Amino acid sequence: MKTEKSPKEHLKAHAESAASVVAALKDSPLPVIYVGAATCGLAAGALETIAGFEEALKDNGIEAEIRKVGCLGHCYAEPLVIIQNPGFPSLLYQKIGAGEAGILVRSFLKDGSDPCYEYLIGALEADENFPTLMDYPRYLYENRVVMEHCGLIDPKEVDHYLAVGGYESLAAGLEKGGAWVLDEVKAANLRGRGGAGFPAGKKWEIARGVEASSKMVICNGDEGDPGAYMDRTLLESNPHQVLEGLALAALAIGADRALLYIRAEYPLAVKIMEAAIIQAEAKNLLGENILGSDFSLAVTVFQGSGAFVCGEETALIESLSGRRGMPKVRPPYPAVSGFAELPTIINNVKTLSTVPSIIKNGAEWFHGIGTAESPGTAIFSVVGEVEYPGLVEVPMGVTLEHLVVDVCGGIKNGKELKAVQIGGPSGGCLPASLMETEIDFDSLKSVGAMMGSGGLVVMNEDTCMVEVARYFTDFTQGESCGKCTFCRIGTRHLREILQSITVGEGEMSDLDDLAEISEAVVAGSLCSLGKTAPNPVITTLRFFRDEYVAHIEEKRCPARMCRTLTAFYIDLEACARGCDACVACCPTEAIFTTSNRKKAIDQEKCVKCGECVYACPPEYDAVRRVSPPELIPDQGVEPLPVKENEEGDA
Amino acid sequence: MLDRILATLDESEKAAIDEEELAVLKAVADELLSVPQESLQLLPALQMIQTKHGYLPRLALRMVAEHLAVTIGNVYGIATFYNQFRFNPPGRNPIKVCLGTACHVKGGEIILENFERRLGIKENETSEDREYSLERVACIGCCALAPAVVVGEKVEAYVTPSKVEGIITEIEVRKEMAAREQEKNED
Repeated sequence: MKTEKSPKEHLKAHAESAASVVAALKDSPLPVIYVGAATCGLAAGALETIAGFEEALKDNGIEAEIRKVGCLGHCYAEPLVIIQNPGFPSLLYQKIGAGEAGILVRSFLKDGSDPCYEYLIGALEADENFPTLMDYPRYLYENRVVMEHCGLIDPKEVDHYLAVGGYESLAAGLEKGGAWVLDEVKAANLRGRGGAGFPAGKKWEIARGVEASSKMVICNGDEGDPGAYMDRTLLESNPHQVLEGLALAALAIGADRALLYIRAEYPLAVKIMEAAIIQAEAKNLLGENILGSDFSLAVTVFQGSGAFVCGEETALIESLSGRRGMPKVRPPYPAVSGFAELPTIINNVKTLSTVPSIIKNGAEWFHGIGTAESPGTAIFSVVGEVEYPGLVEVPMGVTLEHLVVDVCGGIKNGKELKAVQIGGPSGGCLPASLMETEIDFDSLKSVGAMMGSGGLVVMNEDTCMVEVARYFTDFTQGESCGKCTFCRIGTRHLREILQSITVGEGEMSDLDDLAEISEAVVAGSLCSLGKTAPNPVITTLRFFRDEYVAHIEEKRCPARMCRTLTAFYIDLEACARGCDACVACCPTEAIFTTSNRKKAIDQEKCVKCGECVYACPPEYDAVRRVSPPELIPDQGVEPLPVKENEEGDA
Repeated sequence: MLDRILATLDESEKAAIDEEELAVLKAVADELLSVPQESLQLLPALQMIQTKHGYLPRLALRMVAEHLAVTIGNVYGIATFYNQFRFNPPGRNPIKVCLGTACHVKGGEIILENFERRLGIKENETSEDREYSLERVACIGCCALAPAVVVGEKVEAYVTPSKVEGIITEIEVRKEMAAREQEKNED
């Protein structure tokens, strides 16, 4: 109902009650244990950790509250636990399994004397007895704007978001009007975080300018990139921030309907968002006459059935309408005529999550972060061969070197960095020599990669670039909707050529074919799936041509990853008599005992899984991997003759 | 509707439908009654069957087509387009091998192969006793724990070929123990 009170006054009442709810938890006389239980935390065993805490608390007769929170993004340290013990600052612990949970309860909560420094990362607030998170490079270099509250607030409680200033931007927007919101976002030059970097304000302006009986805003949470999971984390860890951004976008264009399109593969995100919508509606933060204004917004959740191409706007709208998700020719742009021919804007989860902070702090503040052309922060999921993989939020414009080495701790096990794959299947592989490249929409495009959704895989010398190109082409081939001939058939040809090169059947003319077909696919495809699908091929050809040549001319895989071109053997000099470690682990029983009681590999049976390399005790380190297979030396291996009586036993 | 469709099948097709599948089909026939008969309901109807039963039986596609008065080709087109839909019943122990970028680089392909060899089925297949089913998934978002495998609901991190052996052995041992327990109770 529309009332005399202003939206800010309405919100104030909510914020005050929320503050008291949160204060009661913060000042609780009982210890509070926060366990990171987003999908990744659960995978790392957060449920066992919670069970461990519950059991230990019961055994020791201690009362404490356990809260499930979202994800801090520090995947290398999961399961993460924050313990708020009265008399201590809130302490963050890493790798807490059920056993460690028991120790923490006994030593820290029961005796109150030992905060278990061995599991500690640091204190959340400054304290003279503990290191704080800011003492670590990872926390120091990050600039958390969108992920500020992730993992620290309870995603299932709207009060937790309200207590940190949540929905204030929406209240301000309601008072100053949609045109003002649009102007702020335009002035901030917020570029779409879904990958292409199209200015959100421009899109909104088009939709605002169209006369229609109804308009729609869609939050694109159809994160389909293999190796990217930041959208999921934002949906799971701070759902109300997404909803506030969605409401602000709706206000800016004058929409009355909003929809969250989330992959069905993200069941937890769907559950949390549905609960968040109900809570927000109960507090009149969504629904009819929001915060007493005349602005109303109905929000629903739609589960996507899993098709990479549905990240494309027009395909997403097709799939909402119950058809195959195939992109359509634009114009008309969805901002003019989208779902059910209504003006529809579609923004990525990260884009919408950024909006509240822009409205709160102003466009000028936003320009203070990042670069002139790409203001703000970028969120990456940095995985692969780095010391500290996880979600990282850094200002736009930092170099790849800084991100990989300073923030994520550099390459694991002292190996050499070979390439960084950025932007998922539509992105490219950049070599170590381009590590000074700045991370923003335009710099990445200029070297042939793409911001994409923000997946970043760090590869060391053991990764074959031809194989990586084959992998991504295989993925996009499978996900091509089949509408455009060049995408449907061109990617298939690319895949087949790459496949033949990885098994040593390539020819030098293949390289020209790859380049030519890539060009054709880019030119002949309607949507950005096809337009970017050859990027992994183009960039690896440009930067790692010598690897292609080695595969073709020498039948050799320099990274020793392509299995047809690689073989394993056991160095008899290094192998120890009587040791059986490799025999037990071999899945195909390819390892046999030689006449001098050492071990050898039957090349006919070997499937080249590499398991024996890990099984061989480091003091012997006798398994060798060579490419091409002809490099196996003739060591005069004879199998140990089976004794007759043993044969009888068997 | 189900009886009418069944009547059109020849003997060998009928024989291919086992009791378990027939029960699913009967349930689907009931569930479809609550779905409004309009073509917009196609995707939601398929999602409903997939969620409830874990797969889309062949005849269920025909039932959906008839119920919504769309062509069987249309239904098949939608069902094969989206990755969510399966055409084989899930095993009691569904195994999903992650082949996202990080898992691929760390040898996810080898892990999938080991499961195939160990279980004697290929990806997207279900073992004859319906104990195991095997599929590849694009990314489960546990890239820092690569290579990862989801067995039932549980995510197994840092999987190696010998861990594949361990995972299957554990399931077998549990099954054996449950069987013995049941025998004991019956005695």
